[in-house]
Amino acid sequence: MNTAPIVACIPALRRYARALTGDAWTADDLVQDTLERACAKWSLWRAGSDLRAWLFTIMHNVWVNQLRQAGGRTLVDIDDAAHDLQAPGTEPDLLIDLQRCLLQLPAEQRAVLLLAALEDFAYQDIAKVLDIPIGTVMSRLSRARARLAELMEGGQPAGGTRPALRRLK
Amino acid sequence: MSAPTDSDDDALRWAAQREALRGLHRDVLHEPVPEHLLEAVEQASNQRAWSRRWMQAGALAASVLVAFGAGWVGHGQWNARSAIGIQAARATAPVALAFAHDAAVAHAVYSPEKRHPVEVAAAEQQHLVQWLSRRLDKPLKVPDLGAQGYSLVGGRLLPGAAGARAQFMFEDGAGQRVTLYIGALADRNGASTQETAFRFASGDPVPSFYWVDQGFGYALAGKLPREKLLALADAVYKQL
Repeated sequence: MNTAPIVACIPALRRYARALTGDAWTADDLVQDTLERACAKWSLWRAGSDLRAWLFTIMHNVWVNQLRQAGGRTLVDIDDAAHDLQAPGTEPDLLIDLQRCLLQLPAEQRAVLLLAALEDFAYQDIAKVLDIPIGTVMSRLSRARARLAELMEGGQPAGGTRPALRRLK
Repeated sequence: MSAPTDSDDDALRWAAQREALRGLHRDVLHEPVPEHLLEAVEQASNQRAWSRRWMQAGALAASVLVAFGAGWVGHGQWNARSAIGIQAARATAPVALAFAHDAAVAHAVYSPEKRHPVEVAAAEQQHLVQWLSRRLDKPLKVPDLGAQGYSLVGGRLLPGAAGARAQFMFEDGAGQRVTLYIGALADRNGASTQETAFRFASGDPVPSFYWVDQGFGYALAGKLPREKLLALADAVYKQL
């Protein structure tokens, strides 16, 4: 099989996974799982159909399984997440707050919001990736946007009092 | 034209929010893809071809491989194992990943120790193995890494998420240390976790290769290049 088209999608998968999980290590592991699974199921991909959407669908299924395994808890220590976000040339405080607020959204809202905002997927593509009706996509997206805006407005500055976050450890 | 309405405001706010989100982890898009992810694609696509040849040779051959998963004689069999176990392995990731992280931290804490790197030294290897086997409730074996230039320093008992864990430390002639970390892995419901293929965890604080076999997690950690660490992990796996 020609792996080049899959490899070309890796940067997008990594960014989405990182925003979704808030943790570089967890995210790359999710990407690795996705890639292995995609190669194993390669025969199920219909040539000519949207490879990117297919890969995101696989990633979503892998992620849902992992969440289920972890009992729905947030997998990331928020202090680690903040540390990962300190990229040079960015506005670290704003981005840290944004990631922190994102992680407070319900997982299914976060997925819809990120697929729309980061990947520019159309509603119908998101419906396929997440295997939900298109109406659910729209209502989740609108709730996610409103909730995120609320969290950002009411959010404390970085280093201030932190919202209660669930930790795995 | 009409005055701005609430929905115009909303549209502007959503556009701003979208732009902010697109700034998140933007650098990841421009980073080179990590080697281990490229290798994952390469390996997975190879193993797919490999396992299909086996399937063509007959389903019996494949089931024999699953049933006698212990008979590793060649490197290619790693691939067969992960191809077949791929579905089952997925759900294991968070537990195994946390385990690998514990192993890396334990390595970082104890391997720099000059005077007390281990609780029981290699001179008392028999006692060490009996003791740790009893505490982990599993007959343990210390792999012999002499062929790779590493000798046993000793071992210690450590607390883990769900009970006792063991750490064996090895050292080469230059004093470079690697540690093998072992412990029972169970999910929240107490079910033992599925087997996984070799996984590489890069850094934080040291890299490791980890895998799950018969409900037990194993992680080999050390500040070594990936290939060297893999060769050591491979040697450990074959002996356990």
